Amino acid sequence: MTLTLAFRNLFHDRVRLTVTLVGILFAIVLVAVQLGLYLGSSYMITAHIDHAKADLWITAYGAKSFEDGGLLLTPRERHQALATPGVKAVIPLIVKFAEWRKPAGGSTRVVIVGTDAEDGGLEPWALVDGTWEDIKAPESVAVDRTYLKDLGINGLGDTSQIATGRVRVRALTDGVRSFTQSPYTYTTLNRARSLIGVDGERTTFYLVQLEPGADVNVVQQDLRGRLDGAEVLTQEEFRNRSLKQWLFRTGAGVALIGGALLGSLVGTVIVAQTLYSSTKDHLNEFATLRALGSSSGYIRQVILMQAGLSAVMGYILGMTVALGILVLSQGSVLPLVMTPGLAFWLFTLTVGMCAISALAAIFKVMKIDPAVVFNR
Amino acid sequence: MTGKPVLEAEDIVKDLGHGAAMVRALKGVSLSLVPGELTLLMGPSGSGKTTFLSILGCILTPTAGSLRIAGQSTDRLSPEELADLRRKHIGFVFQSYNLFPTLTALENVRIALDVRGQKGFPAANRAEEVLRDVGLGYRLKSYPGGLSGGEQQRVAVARAIASSPSIVLADEPTASLDSENGHAVMALLSRIAKEQDRSVLAVTHDPRTLSYADRVVRIEDGRIVGEERRPEGLDAPEIADLTKRRKAHG
Repeated sequence: MTLTLAFRNLFHDRVRLTVTLVGILFAIVLVAVQLGLYLGSSYMITAHIDHAKADLWITAYGAKSFEDGGLLLTPRERHQALATPGVKAVIPLIVKFAEWRKPAGGSTRVVIVGTDAEDGGLEPWALVDGTWEDIKAPESVAVDRTYLKDLGINGLGDTSQIATGRVRVRALTDGVRSFTQSPYTYTTLNRARSLIGVDGERTTFYLVQLEPGADVNVVQQDLRGRLDGAEVLTQEEFRNRSLKQWLFRTGAGVALIGGALLGSLVGTVIVAQTLYSSTKDHLNEFATLRALGSSSGYIRQVILMQAGLSAVMGYILGMTVALGILVLSQGSVLPLVMTPGLAFWLFTLTVGMCAISALAAIFKVMKIDPAVVFNR
Repeated sequence: MTGKPVLEAEDIVKDLGHGAAMVRALKGVSLSLVPGELTLLMGPSGSGKTTFLSILGCILTPTAGSLRIAGQSTDRLSPEELADLRRKHIGFVFQSYNLFPTLTALENVRIALDVRGQKGFPAANRAEEVLRDVGLGYRLKSYPGGLSGGEQQRVAVARAIASSPSIVLADEPTASLDSENGHAVMALLSRIAKEQDRSVLAVTHDPRTLSYADRVVRIEDGRIVGEERRPEGLDAPEIADLTKRRKAHG
């Protein structure tokens, strides 16, 4: 009966129910979008690190992120690493911002990723047109199809210029977005050096692969002892450092999380207000329940069920709208991400938000003097 | 008296308000209720009858005096323990019916069983049985808004007796009803007292109710000022004439 009473109380005043559901919907959509953007940004920031087959990363000292390594590492570090027990392979990787000159004039910044696929370190993981063999051809690069317009080209076969070198688009990836909004441009290691104008065999990172059974931490310590001017990070450490750099040092993540918190707060306030006013309207009924001998727990149960029902309905509506926005965002440069974990977290947040909202109503009801039933 | 008292109130004092605004609403009131009797507590407005009813129903606590429900003292019981006592032993009928407008007649009765932990089909069957017993078998699915005042009050009576409490307390049960419905509700309360062996106490100032009483207790200015009992063998409606005659003779 508590569920029936809660349900009827809710649907008794449809206008108020609508306000409650709009409040929850607003909160869910805002939080889902903000956290979806946060997750989407996180994926963009760490995508290359996650897709690289590396147990350890050797970076220039102080490299803050994947795009911030410079070109400071030399073959000396590579040889020192290769001489370390437990190390199977040390694969160079170049990452560097460069100027992309558009065929029709103007320029934009891109991030050149120079890598040799046969090394087994990092290769574009979402090639949809062309192959890695195509990229090996002279002047060839691969870019993401999302950025074709930004790069001033139409697709495969178009030519352009990076710094002073001519390039031709021979392959396209799909869904490899850049948090910095500078598109990733994949090419071979040597062509990357040539385009950027690097002397010798300098590189941005060395991807270290370990022998089977080798202890990552032990090898990391060993490498740190051997490489004075470089840092040796585990994949997790490098991920965290990149995330910290882009999401928190730039304030982007703080803004997204702040937006999510604001959404939760607004939702909680709206639900609390409507639930409180609903409870006030039904105060005499709660007093009657109390006079009939119901325990305070029984009344709390009714109010919490009202909150719970609001949460479930609001969540379904909110998630429907949020998923619609998510689908629409997929073609954009900043797509939202929704995971089962985030969906579950949002549900927990909604229930928690409604439970907190119910507190004021519960406090109000607990103060009811059942004697009011005789004064009506 | 037909049995052992199920409710015993002794020297009940109740102060309402605080400080200079404090009023002594009850000034040492005693009353016992036994099964099988319909007792009327009559008195003018402000005499303290509803306050007394609230105390007997464990809704208000007395400033002084003692109250025993089914042999259990209510002294020093917490609000939750008092609610438990109400749940087990007392059914209420209110002047304004106090039905849940969003629930059907059947659900209004079921909720009284639900708070007592009686759920599912047995509770639904019991609620239906009681509603049929008060003559509302044809109104089970009706909402209070679709019921007449008399029907609403009968739903309230059904709700009060659904869990078979030993005591039924009614606050001005006929005040919002026309004459016909008022008589019907009083007849129902009288039948409940007799046939189901319950103690029924109705607070009222409605003279139409006198004919149904086994006993009339008069309260004025916070004190019991008189008590009349229907003589053995006298039919219920005759007590009204008896009361009139006594009043006429001072």
